[in-house]
Amino acid sequence: MMQRCSDPVVLDMWHPVAATVELAAGVEYQTRLLGEPLSYAMSPQGLPQAWRGTQHQLPVMHAYGVLWTSLGSPPDELFEFDEFHEPDRHNVWAGSVGVHTSAPRAVENFLDMGHFPYVHTGYLGIEPHTEVKDYTVEIVNDGKEVLATGCEFFQPMGALNALGGMLMEYTYRVPHPYCSILYKSSPIDESRRDAIVIFGQAVDEENTRAHLVLSLLDDESNDRQIQAFQQLIFSQDKPILENQHPKRLPLDPAVETPIRSDKTSIAYRRWLSGLGLRYGVLPAVSDGR
Amino acid sequence: MSVTVLSGTKSGWHPIASSSDLVDRHVYQGQLFGYEFAVWRSDDGFVNIWENRCLHRGVRLSVGTNDGAELVCQYHGWRYANRTGGVTYIPAHPADANTHSSCARSYVAVERYGLIWTTLDSETSLADLEVLDVLDDGQAFPLRPIDLWVTSETTISHLERIEIGCPTLADSTKHSDLVLFVQPVDERRCVVRGVLSERPDDEAKIDVLRFYSAELGAVRDGIEKSAGVQAAPEPAAFKVHPAVEVSIGLSSATNRQAAVPVRVRRRWNTATDVVGFELEAVSGQLSTVKPGSHIDLHLPNALVRQYSVVNAPGELDAYTIGVKLDPTSTGGSSTLHGEVVVGDELLVSQPRNGFPLRRDAVHTLLIAGGIGLTPILAMAQALDHQGLPYELHHFVRSQNHIAFADRLEALGTNVTHHLALDPDETVTQLQRLISSYTDAKHLYVCGPAPMLTAARATASANEWPDHAVHFEYFANPTQQDQSSEFEIALARSAVTLPVRPGESILEVLKNAGISMASSCEQGVCGTCGVDLIEGEPDHQDVYLNDTEKRTGKRLMTCVSRAKSSRLVLDL
Repeated sequence: MMQRCSDPVVLDMWHPVAATVELAAGVEYQTRLLGEPLSYAMSPQGLPQAWRGTQHQLPVMHAYGVLWTSLGSPPDELFEFDEFHEPDRHNVWAGSVGVHTSAPRAVENFLDMGHFPYVHTGYLGIEPHTEVKDYTVEIVNDGKEVLATGCEFFQPMGALNALGGMLMEYTYRVPHPYCSILYKSSPIDESRRDAIVIFGQAVDEENTRAHLVLSLLDDESNDRQIQAFQQLIFSQDKPILENQHPKRLPLDPAVETPIRSDKTSIAYRRWLSGLGLRYGVLPAVSDGR
Repeated sequence: MSVTVLSGTKSGWHPIASSSDLVDRHVYQGQLFGYEFAVWRSDDGFVNIWENRCLHRGVRLSVGTNDGAELVCQYHGWRYANRTGGVTYIPAHPADANTHSSCARSYVAVERYGLIWTTLDSETSLADLEVLDVLDDGQAFPLRPIDLWVTSETTISHLERIEIGCPTLADSTKHSDLVLFVQPVDERRCVVRGVLSERPDDEAKIDVLRFYSAELGAVRDGIEKSAGVQAAPEPAAFKVHPAVEVSIGLSSATNRQAAVPVRVRRRWNTATDVVGFELEAVSGQLSTVKPGSHIDLHLPNALVRQYSVVNAPGELDAYTIGVKLDPTSTGGSSTLHGEVVVGDELLVSQPRNGFPLRRDAVHTLLIAGGIGLTPILAMAQALDHQGLPYELHHFVRSQNHIAFADRLEALGTNVTHHLALDPDETVTQLQRLISSYTDAKHLYVCGPAPMLTAARATASANEWPDHAVHFEYFANPTQQDQSSEFEIALARSAVTLPVRPGESILEVLKNAGISMASSCEQGVCGTCGVDLIEGEPDHQDVYLNDTEKRTGKRLMTCVSRAKSSRLVLDL
């Protein structure tokens, strides 16, 4: 049994606990967040609720198709994800998948292109096209977000509606320690980008529920097909994530062997260190805390 | 029958698998004191026991692929060499094939009594692995392992009281003694590995195995019942340790020059005027070698010569080189041909790679002239092993001049020999081979200077970009001009040194006490290269391609000089 979370950084964050389309009005659901059991519901009037024990009400928010709560004092606002609100977008909940690893490990995997030819063979990558070309990583939005731009990778079938192999350009945002949004060239409109989001629910330090949401310009694939494709991709990641050791993300650069293509993950780990976040990570020994 | 119960704690050696667990091309997950291991046998029979974690992101290597020569991580395709655990290739950076020098942490493996043994104690020597009087390695017959969800201490105390015998079985094991080895898996579990001192007759084997599985299974049930079963703990965390550097990489220039003793294991005439040598380590393990690498060979007459290593992936029991007798030899090839015999000891440098192979080409065109085959053959074997598309064209004087014909034979129809072509015919053939360029094709050429020059000219004429054309010269055909006089400023150490006519930058640096790696010292191998921060270089080497020379960001300290009065080097 995992210990209760005592990390103030994490306690005061908003955490995703469910996709709201999954919720039947007036029905109580149970889940675990940061090692603690909690309940949530969508009232018949469409108001989200979350509580601990029998009545301790928790802060709630309904945003980006997801119900959010917090065990501490969360900020007034959640990070921005404007594309979700564009009128011609098709927003799809692709599933909520349990994975036996920490939320930062799941996010880091989401940020990684180098594994495409080996883990998503024939879909997101294929040998011999294995090179990860140089790209740009910066910390933006007043230190609140990691941004990687100009990430190019050759994909044989990057999306359900892709017509054969193409060089895809990705942008990755990490606007929340356990959440990431990736933007990729839309196969049907070159000027705009599809978004794929992982909202990581830290069930405890070494267990995560990944709530997967897509915001697409696709008008042909139906939800079922989109879900099936995304779940296929995630099902390829899951056994890798569950065979990663240690399960908490090591923030000390000497523990693992980063290479140039890991720039985003290096920035992500340093950013987490800088936030003083300790839950779901192995803090760097040298960070003085 | 006598029963002996042994736990390896005294000697530090423990069994972690049965030999039969190491199935062909399989990776077995072993565990000892909570530490997990990836255990795998290569096609050459060597047993590798490694920490079960990829260095890069900590994914279990036991979910990777044993391709017979290398273990490939499932996550990012990192390749680890048989025997050394050295990283041989990182697919995310195909052009950096020579810069990575990390090693999987490996543990010593011994195969005895049908079991695989190891120790966590790096100080323990093989001599500490007890030889048991009751067991003879040739006769020993391992039983099926029995897992217990009980500590090894509890298990041992119970086992010491058991009586076991096989009265109803055929005579074959009647006189056999039974030794029970207790392997501590973690703080709550162990495995009992029984070994009989006599191998039963073939027809009795299954019955013997069944009998002991049932007997020991009943013993297990009894122990677990009386001791109680607890859930398995999490695997132990390996001690955090930085990746092990194996003496190559620019930061360790001193180590780079360290030579290790090798012994000539085999010497044979592989072609007219070409002698093959296999050089094995006098002690320990040879370093990882990547395709295209060369070693410096220190000869008995104190000369040092470079030879490309022909080895295929995972082949690290000996370095194989081919030495062509040079009629104008000044003591290098003539000494090797004339004096060096099997059993002789020589010194070799760590392998260096100035001619690295990318493995992300849609098609790789390999062209070799004469003995220029050696690095090209290593590349072909690596591509072949990985099933990547390539063709090898070998220009050679006659059938009898084809070195390493057995290795070439194994590559099948990917190899074409072009025999006895005169210079004009060679050029024509090169023009045919190096035709139009398409994206993600790569060309590698090694051979005599006129052939290289022709191949590069053809590639250039057919619009092959410089980054897709890779070459290695035997010798620098350009006339060296050492007449200039200039100064070098070392940016990081804030030192300025004069370079006078007749001196090389490399000599000046070494004389100033700066540790520099170097090898051919004629602008061929790339070892002594440094980054240039400021100044106009006079390159004079054949290592850098034209684009690299134009950008002027790097130079070879052995032959390059300055056109400006001053060069600022990143040293």
